[in-house]
Amino acid sequence: MKLIVAIIRPERLNEVLEALYRTEVRGLTVSRVLGHGGETDRVETYRGTTVKMELQEKVRLEIGVSEPFVDVTVRAILGSARTGEVGDGKVFVLDVDQVHRIRTGERDERAVTPAVLSEV
Amino acid sequence: MTRLPLLLALQDAAPSVVPADTAWMLVATALVLLMTPALAFFYGGLVRSKNSLNTMMMSFAALGTVGVTWALLAYSLAFAEGSAWIGGTTNALLAGVGTEAKGTLPHVLFMAYQGTFAIITAALISGAIVERMRFGPYLAFIVLWTLLVYAPVAHWVWGGGWLMSKGVLDFAGGTVVHINAGVSALVAALVLGNRKDYSRQAILPHNVPFVLLGAGLLWFGWFGFNGGSALAANELAALAFTNTFLAPMATLVVWVLLDYSRTGRATAVGGATGIVVGLVAITPAAGFISPASALLLGALAAFPSYFTIVARSRTRLDDSLDVFAGHGIGGITGALLTGVFASKVWNAAGSDGLLAGNPGQLATQSLGVASSILYSALATFVILKLLGLVTALRAAPRAEGVGMDVTQHGEEAYTNGEGSILVIPDAGTAGAPARALTPQTASR
Repeated sequence: MKLIVAIIRPERLNEVLEALYRTEVRGLTVSRVLGHGGETDRVETYRGTTVKMELQEKVRLEIGVSEPFVDVTVRAILGSARTGEVGDGKVFVLDVDQVHRIRTGERDERAVTPAVLSEV
Repeated sequence: MTRLPLLLALQDAAPSVVPADTAWMLVATALVLLMTPALAFFYGGLVRSKNSLNTMMMSFAALGTVGVTWALLAYSLAFAEGSAWIGGTTNALLAGVGTEAKGTLPHVLFMAYQGTFAIITAALISGAIVERMRFGPYLAFIVLWTLLVYAPVAHWVWGGGWLMSKGVLDFAGGTVVHINAGVSALVAALVLGNRKDYSRQAILPHNVPFVLLGAGLLWFGWFGFNGGSALAANELAALAFTNTFLAPMATLVVWVLLDYSRTGRATAVGGATGIVVGLVAITPAAGFISPASALLLGALAAFPSYFTIVARSRTRLDDSLDVFAGHGIGGITGALLTGVFASKVWNAAGSDGLLAGNPGQLATQSLGVASSILYSALATFVILKLLGLVTALRAAPRAEGVGMDVTQHGEEAYTNGEGSILVIPDAGTAGAPARALTPQTASR
């Protein structure tokens, strides 16, 4: 099993969630983060003060999946988060030692996507 | 006190300024001007945070562009003597607008008071095209709209034009302001097209307390809008003021009950909307009907607007903040009910309506409604189409996604400055590239 971490544009979040839903990925965590991916700095002006916004708002997704789901999940994110311009973000795939589902005590493959159908 | 008989004597001889009227209208003008910032809060709270400054600026900017347009030309087109269709250019560039009496007010004050109406009417339209229209073309649109739509319609109804001659009753702008803006908003939404996310994802209000603040300030300002439309400090002003006090109360109660019966919950956004609809509906009737009728009118006015909003949200029509349902439908309801409830007992200078045995007034009101719908729809369509030939009306989908605040204004409503770098123009060598200091992220 793997932990997939994706940093994406906030304005693509809905498309990504829709794509993940279609690939039947269940269970993810979303957080708002600040980051910089080499895109052109945005210039803002507040009365006399001009600033370059070095850090842009991004969204981070964390998804724990079983091995067969790694590729489909990554493909879903790549396909839906892309705009083709600098700053689209990144997808990281990390090894995971253990996973525990708190409610049932299930662990590892049984605790991540896909949920075992008999229990749903 | 010895001056009073003298003033009355002068009034008989030639029109003269009455101090009491002037005092009230000075206040009323300020009250109506406040309605435009109030509208900014009402609309600004209803959009997503990434578009909140842009939405609020659409109202605030009207204070500038429409106000100046009014002073330079539109006032004359609306109120100077002219044909049945449009005023002349006698008062263009404020020529001949001095402190002499216009009615019982100094002419400058009359011009300013009417200007506040033009400003908010143009700003009302913005609610239909928020979150997608580019700011520059929007400014051009409201300037053209003020000259080509607002000024003529104001002339028809208030400036001695043909609807005034027909006897259409519009006390404070149900037709001129609300039907006019509501219908134009509908057309603008159709011409601009839907927001890219519309009916694909939930688009929720980002600050409901702003919506309530805006509704409250609108009500406050509306006392100047309706009470001031008597153009005097007299019994009529008191009647219009009281009706403006009562009608939205009834609309609010009915709106909340409708919310309860439909969803089981009374919503704050619904309550704020109900107040505005009640204010819109009482506007044409305020100085023509009894306070009891105002309560009834307010209660009745909730139904058409409420169900138009429910129906609209199930269509593909992206009138984003329901300007047509609120102001168009609310204005039509008010204008027609004026023809039902009007009574000469309450305003001898007005007319009797249906209930006072004069069904003809309802037909007259319908004529006013129909002609303003037709004209503002057609003229708005032509203005926007012509403007669309010169420049793109809409922001690019990418800009719409990032948000109109950043892309149109280079500002954000809610920024904490994290990750921002101060750009300091180099004082030593003029024209050299800007120098950047260290990031300000470490300050926490």
